[in-house]
Amino acid sequence: MRLVLAFGAPALALVAAFLITSLVLVVAGDSVSGVWGQILSLPTHRGYVNIINAATVYYLSAVAVAIGFRMNLFNIGVDGQYRVASFAAAVVAGEAWLPGYLNTALAVVAAIFAGAMWAGIAGLLRVTRGVSEVISTIMLNATATALVAYLLRKTAIDGGSSNIVSTKPVPEGSRVGGFTLFSDTPTQVYGMLILAVVVGVAYGFVINRTRFGFDLRATGASETAAVASGINVKRMVVVSMLLSGAIAGLVGLPLLFGNDYAYGSTFQSGLGFAGIAIALLGRNHPFGIALGALLFAFLDEQANPLQILLNISPDIVKITQGTIVLTVVIAYEVVRRYGIRLEQRRVSTALDDEPPSAPIEQEVRA
Amino acid sequence: MTVAHDAGAPAVKPVKSRRPSVGWILIGLAGLLVLMSLLRIVTGANDLDSSGTLSATLVAAIPIGLAGLGGLWAERAGIVNIGLEGMMILGTFGAGYFGYFYGPWQGVVGAIVLGAAGGLLHAIATVSFGVDHIVSGVAINIIAAGAVQYLAALAFTGVPGGGQTQSPTIGSLPTLTISGLSRPLGDLEAKHWFVVSDLASVARALVTNLSLLTLLCLALFALTYVVLWRTTFGLRLRSCGESPAAAESLGVDVIRYKFIAVIISGGFAGLAGGFLALVASSTFRDGQTGGRGYIGLAAMIFGNWRPGGLLAGAGLFGYTDTLRLRGGGETIHGLLLFVAVALVLLAAWQVRKGATTSAYVTGGIGVVIGLWYALSDSIPEDLTGMTPYVTTLLVLALASQRLRMPAADGKPYRRGSAG
Amino acid sequence: MRELSSSTAHSSLADDIVVRLRDIGKTFPGVVANHDVNIDVRRGTVHAVVGENGAGKSTLMKILYGVQKPDSGTIEVNGRQVSLSSPADAIAAGVGMVFQHFMLADNLTVLENVVLGAEKLHGIGGAARTKILELSDGYSLGVEPDVLVEELGVGARQRVEILKVLYRGASIIILDEPTAVLVPQEVDELFGNLRELKAEGLAVIFISHKLDEVLSVADEVTVIRRGATVDTVRADSVNSRQLAEMMVGSELPTPHTEESTVTERIVLQVRDLHLGSAGGRDLLSEIDLVIRSGEVLGIAGVEGNGQAELVESIMGMRPGATGHMELGGVDIAGMSTRQRREAGVGYIPEDRQRHGLLLDAPLWENRVLGHQTRKPNVSGPLIDRAGARKDTERIVREYDVRTPGIDTAAGALSGGNQQKLIVGREMAGNPILLIAAHPTRGVDVGAQAAIWEHIKRARREGLAVLLISADLDELIGLSDTIRVILRGHLGQEFDPATVTPQMLGSAMTGADA
Repeated sequence: MRLVLAFGAPALALVAAFLITSLVLVVAGDSVSGVWGQILSLPTHRGYVNIINAATVYYLSAVAVAIGFRMNLFNIGVDGQYRVASFAAAVVAGEAWLPGYLNTALAVVAAIFAGAMWAGIAGLLRVTRGVSEVISTIMLNATATALVAYLLRKTAIDGGSSNIVSTKPVPEGSRVGGFTLFSDTPTQVYGMLILAVVVGVAYGFVINRTRFGFDLRATGASETAAVASGINVKRMVVVSMLLSGAIAGLVGLPLLFGNDYAYGSTFQSGLGFAGIAIALLGRNHPFGIALGALLFAFLDEQANPLQILLNISPDIVKITQGTIVLTVVIAYEVVRRYGIRLEQRRVSTALDDEPPSAPIEQEVRA
Repeated sequence: MTVAHDAGAPAVKPVKSRRPSVGWILIGLAGLLVLMSLLRIVTGANDLDSSGTLSATLVAAIPIGLAGLGGLWAERAGIVNIGLEGMMILGTFGAGYFGYFYGPWQGVVGAIVLGAAGGLLHAIATVSFGVDHIVSGVAINIIAAGAVQYLAALAFTGVPGGGQTQSPTIGSLPTLTISGLSRPLGDLEAKHWFVVSDLASVARALVTNLSLLTLLCLALFALTYVVLWRTTFGLRLRSCGESPAAAESLGVDVIRYKFIAVIISGGFAGLAGGFLALVASSTFRDGQTGGRGYIGLAAMIFGNWRPGGLLAGAGLFGYTDTLRLRGGGETIHGLLLFVAVALVLLAAWQVRKGATTSAYVTGGIGVVIGLWYALSDSIPEDLTGMTPYVTTLLVLALASQRLRMPAADGKPYRRGSAG
Repeated sequence: MRELSSSTAHSSLADDIVVRLRDIGKTFPGVVANHDVNIDVRRGTVHAVVGENGAGKSTLMKILYGVQKPDSGTIEVNGRQVSLSSPADAIAAGVGMVFQHFMLADNLTVLENVVLGAEKLHGIGGAARTKILELSDGYSLGVEPDVLVEELGVGARQRVEILKVLYRGASIIILDEPTAVLVPQEVDELFGNLRELKAEGLAVIFISHKLDEVLSVADEVTVIRRGATVDTVRADSVNSRQLAEMMVGSELPTPHTEESTVTERIVLQVRDLHLGSAGGRDLLSEIDLVIRSGEVLGIAGVEGNGQAELVESIMGMRPGATGHMELGGVDIAGMSTRQRREAGVGYIPEDRQRHGLLLDAPLWENRVLGHQTRKPNVSGPLIDRAGARKDTERIVREYDVRTPGIDTAAGALSGGNQQKLIVGREMAGNPILLIAAHPTRGVDVGAQAAIWEHIKRARREGLAVLLISADLDELIGLSDTIRVILRGHLGQEFDPATVTPQMLGSAMTGADA
């Protein structure tokens, strides 16, 4: 029964989101069957690789968000954190102070550090001044945009006549090679996929099996109960913001070391917000997030040819993705309420001599 | 918006914030004018308060202020709205589509209606389904951005002067110029006299090329105050943000008021987007909002969830944005001195109040900014774009104890929660 | 204010029935809150509805006030059958309600709170202010219209609530557990007000589980047990033993302890404890207290006088607290909450749902909470699931926690069972000091008796117990020493053997000073 509930909710949400998107297509007069026919077709071999690569990046972003969610912290700032961190990593890698993969490792450390520090500002403001992390991370995102633009201009190499400014390229020896999945396409799976897998496994283990993870979840479930149980909530807030920011720092690295080899004004943006959506879709569960990341990457990849094939803007899938966020949250909430009723019924039938307390209507975020 | 969290901390009564009287506000404004005049003369940056700067400030401030009003309406009813950005985006498209195909005033209506539709979606998600307000806001921002890109490509591709990401030029709204006043005031302004010229430039900005929509939008601030604080409707709406259970126990239909508030909120945000497309420029462009929905939210917090303070915040943020756009690296550089002095004065005041730690932090930031002023000649354009965000962070960090948001803001509510 | 002929006012059991509830039933998912409820309330009377915690009194009153809709049955008000689907309907029918947890918006003024929803009557300005002052004077409520509610104390808030009801011209007033937050003297004052309302011809429905109070103020009493009405009797025809029999089928448990077990060994010593506040007035000042092994120290006080702050300061949850604190000879003043717990403090918090439990988490995870550094819950940095689960099974067994299993969410249990789980968990840490804040608030009598028994056992076993309670009988029954807290100061000691609730009440309000 629990399993049915767990998978029924997202399935329901997806169907709802598809229906709503179809409605938009109908109203706009575009071909519904054409769009879904393309999106739900089998990807090409190159498409599979692209989906895995995009999902890798989404996955890291979503895990960064999920760490915050588990603690009832809303890190909207992953977007700014990964950009600051990617820039820092690109600068370090471009300078090539160390040879080969040592240089890569140093850049990864720089990214983790930069991401953690940028998120740490929000954590510190919250514990020392009581500033909501939602507001401060929104402000920090915009600040990051301006700061990175400024620093990029300062450190950029001369891009010749083009408008694109970027950091020094990562030297050949420090790039991370990929795996070949299909021999008939030159596109490779990012080597940094391994990083995402390691992060996912570590996240699942720490959250569910360790004392630290228990403290984190307890704080997220009830801050007041956490304080009474002896958890230093302020410290937990700072630590989890730092952790979330550190993971956010990794988000841009597969792109940097496997694709772009430099940080420029065209570096992919908006990954942080996708991470929020995917973390919600995957219910902060390491495996669920992976499925969510693959789904989002799949939609992106499959929508790409729409412009050429049907002259329909591929942005239509953004409507689907955004709608999924809403429908999935609604579906989980409906299922959760149903689950509580089920549980109470079980309790009262098991002990029908006992008057249970009033129905709990504890609302939880995410 | 949940601004203050305090785990297990004492339930301290917040310091009662006395609102300044009209007299004090006027004295403050006069003082500000004198200070600006002094600063202009000391730094020689005449563009600091030229009528051109001030007109542009007005145009820059209004979308921020309207977005902030949108936030204010929603949050006063207890619904956090970070979907303002998305609703603004919908507004820009509404203005572009209806403005181009039907006319500019239809564009205004289209902007409001599309924004309100975004508000309706937010209301359904948060009020009817109990979705977390932030989650719903993020989703709406994603949906709105995608929808507008999709629709814009559909509507404007192949239209002469338009394209995938922008509309053709939209007809303009009527503007007001009192030329009999505008010219002599301009002459007076050009003399650069102490205070007199500054007054002249303020007056000139208000009588030259003022869009009718600008005036209407300014009136909305006053209207918001009157409706929310002086009418039965407003009392009921605010009670839903302070204590929905109490409101429900007295027969107020909380759900209805929350719906109305969030739809109005969306309408304001839509109008803010429409203003960008119709007055601040004359086309719809993809990405036109540039995060102004978030700045509006910031202005609302800066203004302590009140229309007057919000207007001041919007003015401040609009002003810095204007200086940036007018290529005023030097001008903003002049402002640094102002900020440094203000912070040091604030620190002195904090010492008197006995808040030594805060005073050190404030004073320290003041000294750093002062040094920055002394050791540089100009501020890079990229950095001036940070001003609203950094200001908001500073205000929150330094004054969060004095901010008072609606007590039930952001909390889920379900019918039947009275008692 | 209605003028009634004196004969009506005096015949307190006049035949005109203003509220008639017939066969009311209400089911929450899996829970029958009310069934077969039948009550008649007469004009000019105080009609008490009594029953133990969880018996369904509050749900019934929410039905009468339109907050909840009944699944079955009929409601008649003033002779007309009504369908109440929102409080607005109830107000229109002449029903008003004063909730147990006050329904006031702190950041609005008294005036705004009073006129809210009834703006049509006298507007929201001067006319409303005049009316409020008139009512306030008429019933000597002492309400000032223009202060913010957040500045008011508990008693004043309750008077604002009563004024809200009167402002709407209600003829039927429901008061849900109105005395829970009041000291005996304030209760007398409230009862005075109620008699005045009764004399005006209003009907007052008074919800309580305190039988002595009920008998002193009510004309008629309806007893509710497990959601159904047992009977309605005249208050002058029963005594509290008979009422208790009807309520729970037996005599109500009493908290009285046996002979003293107090030893000479000091367990907790607090000297010069001080806690400031940002608002200026100190929350706690110059607190000195000693609890010995085998001693229960009871703290009496009106809510909001520093009890919660005292407990949280001893628990290390208040960073601003200064002073000297020793537990079993060890200085704990600089320790964190977790270190204090490890040093041997067990903590039954005042609000179990907010401070004691993770409602959405299973029971075994709640067993870990507060003990997440200790065996059998952890091994090294990892959670020991098997160990925690096994010990949770033990607690469920030994403390009689009624649950289908240890994977049930804590929130699905009844208040009494939640509290028994907490007591079992806190005792599992082998504490030397037990802090119990309102340990039996809102639990059924069975759980109440069990929890009292556990506290007595802890005392026999040599624990020092700090007991905070608003229930003066509980305090007097369980404590070896009672002290009164008033505006952050800990006052004189009382001997529970000789003190009366009235004496404590005077000390709690500072009337004797």
